[in-house]
Amino acid sequence: MTEVTLSNVVKKYGAHQAVHGIDLDIADGEFVVLVGPSGCGKSTTLRMIAGLEDITGGEISIGGRVVNDLPPRERNISMVFQNYALYPHMTVEENLGFSLKIAKRPEPEVTAAVAKAASILGLDELMERKPAELSGGQRQRVAMGRAIVRHPDVFLFDEPLSNLDAKLRTQMRVEIKKLHQKVGNTIIYVTHDQVEAMTLADRIVLMRDGNIVQVGTPLDLFNQPADTFVATFIGSPPMNLIAGEITTGDTITLDGGLSIQVPSSARGRVRVGQKVQFGFRADNLMPVGHSVEEAGQKTQLDLTVTLTEPLGTETLLFTNMAGTEVQAKMLNPRPITPGESFEFELMLDKCHVFDAASGNAIRT
Amino acid sequence: MDRNLTHRNRRRGLKVLHFLALFLVMSIICIPGLWIVVNSFRPTVEIMAKPPVWNPSFSLAHYRAMFGGAGEGGVPVFSYFRNSLIVSVVSTAIAILIGMSGGYAFARYRFRGKSNYFVGLMLFRAVPGVALSLPLFIVFARLGIIDTHFGLILVYVAMNVPFTIWLTDGFFRQIPKELHEAAEIDGCTRWQAFWKVEFPVARSGVASAAIFAFLTSWNEFALASQLTRSVGSKTMPVGLLDFTAEFTINWGGMCALAVLMIVPALILTFIVQKHLIAGLTFGGVKG
Repeated sequence: MTEVTLSNVVKKYGAHQAVHGIDLDIADGEFVVLVGPSGCGKSTTLRMIAGLEDITGGEISIGGRVVNDLPPRERNISMVFQNYALYPHMTVEENLGFSLKIAKRPEPEVTAAVAKAASILGLDELMERKPAELSGGQRQRVAMGRAIVRHPDVFLFDEPLSNLDAKLRTQMRVEIKKLHQKVGNTIIYVTHDQVEAMTLADRIVLMRDGNIVQVGTPLDLFNQPADTFVATFIGSPPMNLIAGEITTGDTITLDGGLSIQVPSSARGRVRVGQKVQFGFRADNLMPVGHSVEEAGQKTQLDLTVTLTEPLGTETLLFTNMAGTEVQAKMLNPRPITPGESFEFELMLDKCHVFDAASGNAIRT
Repeated sequence: MDRNLTHRNRRRGLKVLHFLALFLVMSIICIPGLWIVVNSFRPTVEIMAKPPVWNPSFSLAHYRAMFGGAGEGGVPVFSYFRNSLIVSVVSTAIAILIGMSGGYAFARYRFRGKSNYFVGLMLFRAVPGVALSLPLFIVFARLGIIDTHFGLILVYVAMNVPFTIWLTDGFFRQIPKELHEAAEIDGCTRWQAFWKVEFPVARSGVASAAIFAFLTSWNEFALASQLTRSVGSKTMPVGLLDFTAEFTINWGGMCALAVLMIVPALILTFIVQKHLIAGLTFGGVKG
């Protein structure tokens, strides 16, 4: 049982506070992704779990054991670094076996463990090479191999894919997920890429400025963002947000003059005169005849397309709604010339209302 | 067509100029050394001849005399060689040990006044060694370590440590800190992480620092000439002075001893050379 618990963990560098007392429970075998923009404290948090940074306040425990004052080697964790950190003077085989040799395990056991890790990751052909003779993807795999050889309680990944090119990144993403399904260990994974977070995580921890903004499954964060930050960070393209004001109990008047019904989820929780942000995803604004047939409350809008981004199965449409540029989606696309007008359907039930002052979602 | 030709000609011309410049520079560096070697093998008359004799004759007379008895212009070459070797090797080893620790600390740890310390060390290098010779002489005389290996080693360690720190600091700085972090996660203590990962990776840097320190000690003359007195502690550069008398200088003998001094340094540089070429590319990390 290797659950990881953080309670009120604080990190200060001199006067600057990088992490503001975060609480997090990670279950055994869970794949948790810490995501957020750079400087949000996600890497610092991971390094505190690894024991590479001191903890200024709070408590971290791994498998029920408080590890605050334990050095990294006594935490039974392994880590994959962004720059791989392979030992340049050792061959792949020596790199893989290093931790077991340090632990003074018998030679046959080391050989067997290295061979097993190598076969899991397809490194058999590369055993005699030095890291300098490997491609980026191969180095990445060696780094992962080095991590799994010693059967750690917890795997830590620190932006492991950000040095790879786009195609390789998608491949390795799949391999990491497969690896997790195969070995089933607890994984804590740091990234700034929301796509990686969405695709890999059992649970996403979204951080900003040293605080946790929202914790939940990828779909939780996608469908029920806690505030405008989550709404614009998760999902591609980001959620459209238009400023407005509640004019009656069930009407929002957008700043451009357009009036829209308050979505059912927020009804009764808004007060007249409240400044709000009205939010919806591109998937919920589609031209009639090019949308998904779905029951629910809809609003028709006539909008003019200013720019298109064809993606194959769908086309992103840029248009102007109440004076704000928003993105819409078109399924079964046909060629469009900018300036063309369409009748769009807005899926009201899937729209969000955020308080303008705090940014928090208004939702029942 | 024409344009291509002139372009090619110009490129060829540049190449020739390049070689010429290189030849000139190398001549300036090498000819004095070569002249020493040549002079050590020819009779004094030929050395002093004006205009110089360009095709030298060959004799081992100076070498024979040097290794000969005291009356025939002999000097205690073996003692000088031994002194030089002991002083240089020991002072280099100590300087590397201290300098490497210092360089590592500067590269890896944050501490108060770090940059001031560093600048201070470099300033120390700016003081000419000779300027220290009198104070050193007085202090050493009081301590009774004048004319000893120990005294000279002490001076050379002090001379070499700042430079070694500066050099190794640069090498350790190039090694990403993730390497020792990875080693620590793999089960190493901080100490093991250094010796098993960071030191082997920085080995070429440490080797070049060592060769610099060794050559500095091996060739140092100014301080050694003040702090050594007898055959028991005089190093080879100081030994060269044995060839000067009140009215004459035995150039041939001096050149012969100088050759004996250069040879070990050359051999050592040659051996260490392959470490100097940073064969270890930092392939383990992508930066």
